[in-house]
Formats: sequence, structure tokens, C-alpha cells
Amino acid sequence: MASGVFRRLLPINRNYCNVRFASTRTVTLIPGDGIGPEISAAVQKIFSAAQVPINWEPVDVTSVKGPDGKFGIPQAAIDSVNKNEIGLKGPLMTPIGKGHRSLNLALRKEFNLYANVRPCKSLDGYETLYKDVDVVTIRENTEGEYSGIEHEIVPGVVQSIKLITEDASRRVADFAFSYAKANGRSKVTVVHKANIMRMSDGLFLRCCREASKKFPEIKMEERYLDTVCLTMVQDPSQYDVLVMPNLYGDILSDLCAGLVGGLGLTPSGNIGLNGAIFESVHGTAPDIAGQDKANPTALLLSAVMMLRYMELGTYANKIEKACFEVIREGNKLTGDLGGKGKCSEFTDEICKKVESS
Amino acid sequence: MAGTMGGLKLLTNSAPKILRAANGLPTKSLPCVNYMAASTPARKYSIQAPVSKPEGRTLCTLIPGDGVGPELMQAMQEVLEAAGAPVDFETYFLSDIQPMLSAKVDDVVNSVAKNAVCIKGILSSPVTGDRASINYQLRSKLDLFANVVNVRTLPGIQTRHKNLDMIIIREQTEGEFSSLEHESVKGVVECYKIVTAEKSKRIAKFAFDYATKHNRKKVTAVHKANIMKLGDGLFLKCCQEVAKLYPKIEFDSMIVDNCTMQMVSNPHQFDVLVMGNLYGSIVDNIGAGLVGGAGVVVGSSYSANSVVYEPGSRHTFSEAAGKNVANPTAVILCGAKMLMHVNLQYHGSKIYKAVEKVLKSGKSLTKDLGGQSSTQEYTYAIIHALQH
Repeated sequence: MASGVFRRLLPINRNYCNVRFASTRTVTLIPGDGIGPEISAAVQKIFSAAQVPINWEPVDVTSVKGPDGKFGIPQAAIDSVNKNEIGLKGPLMTPIGKGHRSLNLALRKEFNLYANVRPCKSLDGYETLYKDVDVVTIRENTEGEYSGIEHEIVPGVVQSIKLITEDASRRVADFAFSYAKANGRSKVTVVHKANIMRMSDGLFLRCCREASKKFPEIKMEERYLDTVCLTMVQDPSQYDVLVMPNLYGDILSDLCAGLVGGLGLTPSGNIGLNGAIFESVHGTAPDIAGQDKANPTALLLSAVMMLRYMELGTYANKIEKACFEVIREGNKLTGDLGGKGKCSEFTDEICKKVESS
Repeated sequence: MAGTMGGLKLLTNSAPKILRAANGLPTKSLPCVNYMAASTPARKYSIQAPVSKPEGRTLCTLIPGDGVGPELMQAMQEVLEAAGAPVDFETYFLSDIQPMLSAKVDDVVNSVAKNAVCIKGILSSPVTGDRASINYQLRSKLDLFANVVNVRTLPGIQTRHKNLDMIIIREQTEGEFSSLEHESVKGVVECYKIVTAEKSKRIAKFAFDYATKHNRKKVTAVHKANIMKLGDGLFLKCCQEVAKLYPKIEFDSMIVDNCTMQMVSNPHQFDVLVMGNLYGSIVDNIGAGLVGGAGVVVGSSYSANSVVYEPGSRHTFSEAAGKNVANPTAVILCGAKMLMHVNLQYHGSKIYKAVEKVLKSGKSLTKDLGGQSSTQEYTYAIIHALQH
């Protein structure tokens, strides 16, 4: 179980936990809004129980008015991630109204987080209609439909531009194949719609084909978006690692999360040029904030992904195993998983398992 | 019953008839069916043969499509004949991948415009080439703006979710599939997505009208207006405006990624969904996957004047072409829907009941539904069920 989906992210060094990382490293922690502080505290507690050699550096990302008059991330937070090159982030709320940029988007831009990795795996102990899900969606995160280039040509006619560049496509394609290789996966499926968008998706597809040549041991298949949607809900076991442009990735990664029980259980990592940020992708759940009811699993599993990225795989395995065991036993599950446990009880249960192992 | 004698007799000579149709020769008309005999007042069935014989025969354009399309169309025609439906087909072989054999798009467009009904198989669009695909040409020339897919659980099909019944309405003349792309500098491609108020309002109105006509309670607009604030924002705004004109129907909106997640975890909350082109293609296929796959879901595309019936989930299944294994349910039900559309409810619902009977019995299912039967065996089972 533990050796399953969350193996190391990138092969920085073959022997993990080696001398290079024996010293304590610092990780920026962005607790987030709503239930964010509770679940971040839970993760910190479990990490200290497991004696993971990292220091947390909590930063506040409440938007401040910058010199350009727009609200954005405070410079201190940017500096912290730039220094540590790694961060863990709880859910953030984007305030509605003019002048506020989405903080999630801002972070993505600031650190060039070009690939979003979302592993989805069926968990023992939480039954859904789908039992055999084990897929990883890798999504290009910087361009595509989300380039934000839109204009109204004449009143009532809006043109949005989907931007696909060779550089970004090649970067994410290379990442997808090296991820598949590093995690012992056998197949990468390129999801596209090049029969309709021949140039843009065609370019993406071509970059993936080129990348696949560098990884002959990984099988590559090309599938239309429609086909993937159709077969994903019928037989998700056909797929392994999927790589795709921004919008398709956004939709498919949530679809896959739906197959295994929702966003409360799926971790997410954003890999970038200037660092990596791991986050839980669920909402801030303001209705239960502060009531000790939230489920910290998604953030915990994201933190586990982060440990693997930092080459701290042994700690990652230990924590992940404890988490899965607690869910399988099902005694202290939180409300969203159909249990009656509290966030703190769930956390303590995991801490106990971690300490005894 | 009315179709019985015609059906039995026709079964034997149906194949040469289709061949003739494919060669463009006039098809032999059906032998005259005596409707009066079956409609004696003493026999009160829920479905009753029409009291008067419909005037003339209906002409319907038929596009067999690529992949398994031709086989499925043959099955559909056999079933329609066996049911004694007074319909003739005008067959045009249209294909992007076999341009030498393909009819001219304009001829087909004229035929559909003239007949106002069409049954179409799935046409595959090649990944290469610089002209717009035939699918796109057909849609834009006929202005088939609304695509309706009814995702409904059929009896006897094993699926994870039970008792689904939702309508997915998709705008299909603009949005991401407008084929407007260019490479601004090498390695940078721009692809335009066009959203207009006119077309957004038109599809929204269509969705609410459809909901009203079919006694539906709720319309959900699916969008991504949190990211594409102008484009999808305009679509959402148009839906909201139109919704005000229909106070009896509940209106709701949902972001597309959340919608796909809800589709697989809690699909019963949906009633009628309305959305743009790309999201439609995604949600249609998820819906089809939920109720048993591409072989069982019916779709229809509407313009102001004509209707094109085609499978709701667009896959040519070309690897199975000629193997006699594909599931013709979707195409047969397309035929039944077409009959109902041209006011031949008697024949249409008869075919519907026969299909449901065969599916429920579970004996002659095709492989995609876990059975062992061929396309032909399944079709004959339906024809058999029509007569009993």
C-alpha cells in the first residue's frame, strides 16, 4: 500500500535520506484560510511525531496592496519560498471584487509552477463506486485556456485565446515522462483534441511524442479527450499517468478525484522552475472552520508528496502508511468520510501509529 | 399488429435493399401495410396502431459514417422495416478519411435541408489537414446549433449509478471548436474561442424551452467563468437573463471541473444541463460512460429547421469495423426517436419497447454490455421482440 502511488517525485538523488539532506531543511508553510490553520496544525503535529527533520516557516499571504495599486502576495512570503524553494499550502480564498488577483494564480506565476501533479488512488476503508483507480494526472499549469487573454471585439462577441507554446509543452511532457520513470509507472497517456484543434493541441501532441523518444521504457499512448472521459468513468484501470494541457487537466483531475471520494482525499503538487509548492486543492470550507471537524488527509498526503520530492522517502512512507491504516480501520474518520471523529482525534490516531512504527 | 407481416417478409430482402440504397439506386418501397385491421376499437393497448394511415412516406437522409457506422445503420434500417415504419432513406456516404468515396457536403446539406430529418453515424476527423472537418462544415452550413444528449439508464445494463435521467444540451457552432488557429511566432500557437451573446442566448432559450416541453424542473449552466471571466462570463450572463423569463424552472450554475466531479460522485442532482462546445463534449462522454458506454446513448442536433440524430457519444469505433460486434442500440434508438419526431409515435415507441425488452432479458447483449451476441444477433432479437 505505502509503496504505491506516492513514491518519490523526481530522481534528484538515488539514495534518499543521504548525508546531503541529513541536516534540517526549512519549508515555507502557508496555512491558508478557513479550515486551513487547523489542518496545517494537524500536519505539523504528525510531522513532529514522525520526527521529520524539517523546520516550518509559517508565512501569511493575506493580500496587501502593492506599489502598483493591486492587491497581491506580500513580499515576505515570496522571499520565504524563494529562499526555501519548497512550500506547503492550505486552501486559500480569493476575495471577490476588483483589484484582487487570485492568490493561487499569483503563486503559480511567481514561482513558475509549470506542472500540476495530482495522484488519485482508491483508499481502502472509504468505499466509492470505483475500486480500481490509480491514476496520476499531470497538467500544464501556465498557459492554455488560462492565459487570461480575452477581449470583447464588438459588444456581445468575446474572443478568448488559448495559448500553447512549444517551450511549455515540452517542459511538461519531459516532466511527465521522468515522473513516470521515477515512480515506476509504465504508461503515459497524452490527452488531446488535436482532431479539432489541430495546431494548438497538435503542437502539444508533437512535443509529447518527442519527449517519449527519450524514454523508450515508458509506453506512450495518444487519446482524444472524449475517449478518456468516456472510459475513465467506465474503467479507470486502463490509465496510468496522464499528461495534458491546462483546461483538460483541470477538468480531468477533478473528475478523477470524484472517482476516489472527492478533493478531501487527493493530494496535489506544483512543480516549478523556482521551487515547488504542495497543496490541498479543496475549498476553505468556512462553514466548519474552527470547529475541529475538517479532514486533514489531503494536506497530509500533499505533505507526504513533498517529503518524497525532498528525498525524505522513509519518513514519507511511514506517515503515509499510518494515514492509510487509520482510514482503513475507520474508527476516527471525520464527518466528510462518514465518521464521527474530530480532526484532532484523527490526527492523534495517526500520531500514535507513527510513533509506534 | 401492423408491422408484423411486413416485417417478417422484409427481413429476407432487406440486405439487397440497403446495398441498393448505398449505390444511390432508388430503394424498393415497403409493401402496403394494413393499418385499419389492427385498430379495431375493442383492442385498447397503451400503444395503438394509428387509426388513419399517415399520408405518404417520410424521406430521411442517412449518413452511415465511418468505422462501425455502416453496420449499425444497416441494423437500424432492418429494425425500422420490421416495425413497418413508412420511412425511406436517402443515403449519402460522407467521409473525411475516404475523400474519394465521399459525397459532396453541399449535396448532403441540401438533402437534410429538404427532408428536415437525418440519421447520421459518426464521422472521424483527421488530425492533419488544413480545411475544416466535414462535421464542422455540416454543423455550420445547416446551423445545427443545439446538441441534445439524453443520458438515461436503460433497463438491463449493469452500471455503477442507477436510474439516471439527465439531458445535456451543448452549443456546437462556436466556442473552442471554431477552427480559428494560427502560429504567431514559431512554437507559439494561438487558438481562439469565440463566445457571442446571440448564440449564448439562443442555446439558453433552447435549453429552457426543452425543459418546459419535457416537464423538467431545473436547468444548470456549466461554465468556467471564474477563469475565463469575459468569454464564459458572457455565456453565464446570457443564461441568467434567459432564466428570468422562465420563473417555473429552477436555474443553477456550476463550474465545469466541479460538474465533472459531481457527475461521477452524485449524478442524480442533475436534470437539464446547458453548456458550451468543449465542456459539452466532455460532459456528454462522462454521461455516456455512466450509463453503459458509447453504444447506448442517443443524441440529436437541432437547427431551426432540421434535426440530425446521431449517437450521443461520438466515437467511430473503427477498430471493430466489419467485425459484427458493435452495439447498435444507440443508432436503433436514433431511428426510433426520428420516427417519433416525424409523428410516427406508434412505430417509434414500439421499437423503444422492443429494445428495452431485449436489454431487460439480458440474453442477446453485445460484448460491450457483457453479452456474447453479435450486432446481427442482437438486431434480430429486437426484430423478434417487435413481433411478440
